[in-house]
Amino acid sequence: MKTIIKIAWRNIWRTPMRSFLVIGSIVMGIWAGIFVIAFSYGLNKQRTLSSIKNSISHIQIHHPEYEKDYDSKYFLENPDLIKTELETNENIKAFAFRSLLNGMISSPVKSNGVRIIGINKNREKEVTGIHSGLVEGNYFESKRKNQILIGEALSKKLKVKLRSKIVLTFQDTDNNIVAGAFRVCGIFKTQYTKYDEGTVFIQNSDLQRLIKSKEFHQVALLCNSLDDVDSTYHNLKTNLNDYEVKDWKTISPELAYADEIMETWLFLIMIIIMLALIFGIINTMLMAVFERRRELGMLMAIGMNKSKVFFLILTETFFLSLIGAPMGMFLGALTIKLTSETGINLAIVGEGLQSVGLGNVIYPVIETKFYIFIGVMVFIFTLIAAIYPSRKALKLKPTEAIRTI
Amino acid sequence: MEIIKTTHLTKVYSNNGLEVKAVNHIDLSIEEGEFTAIVGPSGSGKTTLLNMIGGLDDSTEGTVKIAGTNINSLSENELIDFRLKNIGFVFQAYNLIPVLTAKENVEFIMLLQGLSEKERKQRSEELLNHVGLTDKLDSRPNQLSGGEQQRVAVARALASKPSFILADEPTANLDSHSTSTLLDMMAEMNEKEKVTFLFSTHDQRVIDKARRVITIEDGKIIKDERR
Repeated sequence: MKTIIKIAWRNIWRTPMRSFLVIGSIVMGIWAGIFVIAFSYGLNKQRTLSSIKNSISHIQIHHPEYEKDYDSKYFLENPDLIKTELETNENIKAFAFRSLLNGMISSPVKSNGVRIIGINKNREKEVTGIHSGLVEGNYFESKRKNQILIGEALSKKLKVKLRSKIVLTFQDTDNNIVAGAFRVCGIFKTQYTKYDEGTVFIQNSDLQRLIKSKEFHQVALLCNSLDDVDSTYHNLKTNLNDYEVKDWKTISPELAYADEIMETWLFLIMIIIMLALIFGIINTMLMAVFERRRELGMLMAIGMNKSKVFFLILTETFFLSLIGAPMGMFLGALTIKLTSETGINLAIVGEGLQSVGLGNVIYPVIETKFYIFIGVMVFIFTLIAAIYPSRKALKLKPTEAIRTI
Repeated sequence: MEIIKTTHLTKVYSNNGLEVKAVNHIDLSIEEGEFTAIVGPSGSGKTTLLNMIGGLDDSTEGTVKIAGTNINSLSENELIDFRLKNIGFVFQAYNLIPVLTAKENVEFIMLLQGLSEKERKQRSEELLNHVGLTDKLDSRPNQLSGGEQQRVAVARALASKPSFILADEPTANLDSHSTSTLLDMMAEMNEKEKVTFLFSTHDQRVIDKARRVITIEDGKIIKDERR
């Protein structure tokens, strides 16, 4: 065994350039696979976190009927009960009560349909990141009434600037049309252009005064971490069973599905890369077998049995993979470590990314299970790659291989 | 003692429906300790005969018995094992393992036989000393001359302590000096240690050294001369 391993090791260095090329292709293939996986995961994670941070939060609580037609008459009854429940839950980092309405926003030149979110500015600051996404103005710093935050995309559409006056029109709880003039105090920009174009923030006190109601339609809450969401969600669902409790996966199922689809897709990508590598390895090993027909024939002639010949070719194949795979994985891990800190700036396609809720800078991330998966795949695919050349070697007839004894 | 016995040994090759009898009903007996050369023109069937005696090729008809064992009745794996234990091969083109040193090449066959490291080391050094390559133990084949490589091949063939050694044109690629050294060495082994050698050759120097010369033509033995 030891000698066969020694022969196999020396054999792969008989044609160093060819071995370096095949090892290089394995390194590059695995590196590229890891990078694509990490980049895609980073992209998806960023999209999820961005949605959570800017709009949906981790968990939302509504009146059970509210989401049927988003009617403002379905407000949260007994908000104090909800407040007490949320305050006693250790997994909850922050929560904010919101009033929600659908209405129209009008500037002197244009109108647009918007979702109006009435917030408590201090509470909201702890739950969403709108305050940190301001590109102009301030976050309700003025004590004046009827201040409004609008998205940059909406400001461009309405052709309004900071301190411009706009009019919000919506229905109150009695279905009367109500209009209010607001002054733009801040312009925000999230990573999702559509959201910026269709959402405005005003203070609860201003909204409630206009609709003549002090009720809330939604509680948005943030857990201490993404890992706490599941348990908190189930806990709240049990304790607040008179309300509709939804976690981020239910609120925005496309985000959760994206995770699952992405995972399957990335596994497929890796398998495709490995398949491509297999052909390179098979080609190299076939060349090695054909070049060494005489030698292999001689080995069989003098008494080396078929299992040992098979083991020799298998070992040579494994050496090629076992040198290439760890190097590829190391290079991949190093690239991910570096880029996960600095990010990859894709400003050149920034607009396209923002239209789907992504920022310009992507931070690649990869889970440990993918390294394990790649390791197992390399082992399995190497084994498959070794079979064909080994079978070719076993089919050699000593007399034909060496021509004469 | 009879080491090799062939009975009606025949090999027919079929090419485009045309049958060619490379070996035609050969009955041959080789005794232990013989130093025999099979001679004949190209295409006379000497290599085919040696291939069948060595268990590398199947016969169309007839049998080969080595030390009483009918090798035609052995399975492929049994035949590989039989060759390992009973037959030593010396090839025209040396056919050493290029990535192993002279010593490792000799040890390799003993490794296949399952001998211990100590035994392998001791015997390989003894054999390489015997063929005059004491100072070349750690040289790889590409660092040795043709004659030296063939001497390593002889040492390798002897390493498994075979019943006999089959050598196909062992001197064909060697210069006169190397041929002479190799032949003297093999003749000495034959005389002193009673190692049985069976050559196929064109080389007159080998024929001159042989104590039995079998001439083949068109697949048949036409002359069997003992000296």
